[in-house]
Amino acid sequence: MLLLLQYTLIFSSVLTLVALGGCYSEHSGVINLGLEGIMVIGALGGALVMRFIPASTPGIFVVLLTLLGAVAFGVAYAALLAVACINYKADQTIVGTALNILGTALATVLVKAINMKLSGGDDVSSTVQYVSAKQNFVAYIGSFQFNWFMVIAIIALVVAYVVLYKTRFGLRMMACGEHPQAAASVGISVYKMRWSGVLISGVFGSIGGIAYILAGVSEWKFENGVAGFGFLALAVMIFGQWKPTKIALAALLFGLFRALSNVYIGIDFLANLNIPSTVYNMFPYIISLLVLALTSKNSKAPKAEGIPYDPGQR
Amino acid sequence: MSDPMKKKESFFQSDGFQSLLASLICILLGLLIGFIVLLFINPSGAAGAIGAVIKNFLNYSRAALQLKNLGNTLVKTAPLLMCSLSVLFCYKVGLFNIGAAGQYVVGACISIYAALAWGLPWWLCLLLAILVGGIYGAIVGVLKAYCNVNEVISGIMLNWIGLYTTNMILTGVKESTSPYTLHLRDYAPQSVLPNMGLAGLFAGNEYVSIAIPLAIIIAVAIKVILDKTRFGYELKATGYNKNAAKYAGMAEQRNIIVTLAIGGALAACGGAFLYLTDYELWEVTTSAVPGMGFNGIAAAFLGGLNPVGTIFSSYFIQHITSGGAYVDKNLYSSQISDLISAIIIYLCGFVGFMKLTMKKLNASKAAQDIAANNANAEPAGQDASKEKPADGSESKTEEGGKA
Repeated sequence: MLLLLQYTLIFSSVLTLVALGGCYSEHSGVINLGLEGIMVIGALGGALVMRFIPASTPGIFVVLLTLLGAVAFGVAYAALLAVACINYKADQTIVGTALNILGTALATVLVKAINMKLSGGDDVSSTVQYVSAKQNFVAYIGSFQFNWFMVIAIIALVVAYVVLYKTRFGLRMMACGEHPQAAASVGISVYKMRWSGVLISGVFGSIGGIAYILAGVSEWKFENGVAGFGFLALAVMIFGQWKPTKIALAALLFGLFRALSNVYIGIDFLANLNIPSTVYNMFPYIISLLVLALTSKNSKAPKAEGIPYDPGQR
Repeated sequence: MSDPMKKKESFFQSDGFQSLLASLICILLGLLIGFIVLLFINPSGAAGAIGAVIKNFLNYSRAALQLKNLGNTLVKTAPLLMCSLSVLFCYKVGLFNIGAAGQYVVGACISIYAALAWGLPWWLCLLLAILVGGIYGAIVGVLKAYCNVNEVISGIMLNWIGLYTTNMILTGVKESTSPYTLHLRDYAPQSVLPNMGLAGLFAGNEYVSIAIPLAIIIAVAIKVILDKTRFGYELKATGYNKNAAKYAGMAEQRNIIVTLAIGGALAACGGAFLYLTDYELWEVTTSAVPGMGFNGIAAAFLGGLNPVGTIFSSYFIQHITSGGAYVDKNLYSSQISDLISAIIIYLCGFVGFMKLTMKKLNASKAAQDIAANNANAEPAGQDASKEKPADGSESKTEEGGKA
């Protein structure tokens, strides 16, 4: 049971982080379907830091540098979305999808190249290992494995709430997602606000990415990307009605179902049901479909999301 | 201006030509960026690797082997074309069918299972795949039409559900010692797509089947349906403006569901087209959704969202994807071609901007032509020059020239 709690919390943290990232972007008026790709690239940045950092580095630096590596990669990657969708008015769905496919392909090509070079051609896998570096992210309380990303998620949640609802910046950004022309008429730069929204989503998406590959495993095969987790986060965001507090609650629910697929064997009641493991793997996706079907009717989505900003329009 | 010149210019200014030019720019830039990534990984082999990707079957020197491998590329072009038609068809109605990847998987699953478990003939396997794929696609449509669920997100969820279900179902017909399904040729020869002598054209490549001509026929049929029938017009109208379509008495919700059902059927047919040739076997431990459906997105946009253009773009995407197998494996990985097609999709996002720039260039060029004409012409030309800034389009240019 403790294991279930542990996995629920860590997966919820990941979902919260990524969904909050999507939340910033969508409130500024840009649909970020590329979150999945941002997660992969962010995870790649962090994993490479962990892989190459000297073992003697103090733990706190390992954590900080890993986060920094992830964020640097993720923000740079998110900029690809921003430049296409904001400045060149590209279709946000196409570009987001392209970034998802590109993320996995790029990470695979790079990791394979690095592995081949380091092993002299013997290792052609797309797997990065970070067994020792991972220890810096976890602490044990009894048998409960506490993960620092749980704290980071809570901080991100509080920050998101304050920024979006209590600061001038956040309120202005949300205005750009509701009615950009009206926002522009009072002197707000819609382009700047949308760029900020997308780049912030890059920050949270990439932290979520590195958190995801650190949840429970100590190596990652980049060929698999992040298995649709970015899209689960988008479902969490929609279920959470684009509001930080509700997003956190939605993330807990989805995190629980995701955790079940990892730990159901350890729970006698579930193990006795004899359901094949694939069914548990499908759970989060089925649940999110059901939840979306029930909650999307009265969508509270930002009104101008997905529409490129055209100053001449009213 | 002489008459032939005018004709030529109107061709260069046509939308079709601009789409073609934009696609070629995307391809060239995509290959260039791919090349830069290769240079970054290992400068010495980069030129050879990108050459190997572009050459694909031409990497072989013997003509028979070239033909045989061209056949292999075509075998995989047919399903890709079906996936890209699925994406294209839905996009024309304003729906982004990213679920094509999952519908393709479902089609593969049904056709393989129907062949191995029930021993059905090939045409029945194909029909079943189309039927189930249609239903699978319709789920996305129902969720969109009645529950307002974004089709991209539900499509992705169904991709994963489809993948896991397929793994589960096909475990029943796999080889006992490996994770692959049984060979159709050995266990269900009646289910293998007939090749009707096509194999002979490709140096006896027995995998070349009727799937390839069928896929091309379907592409042309989609073109006709979209452009020449009332049904296609209604669907497109729904895509342009669903409120206007509703006002005009079109059943908007039904149209959404029908569109995604057709999209699902097309992609699933693609899955059957590949796996019923026995060219590939399904691996029941597959842990990622196959890239075929996603490459279909690349092909659809690269083809300028025109079903006939898609035939060529699908071939191109499959050509470089197959070409990835020929890069020097000691230096690079074959995923370099996935990388290039992903970059191409990204660049396709800029097609609108490119076309706008081309129109502007054409307009300013036309304006310059008129100005040049007027400089030499009689005062009568000045009347035409007044009209010029208002509209620099082709018809005005001709008037200016005549004046």
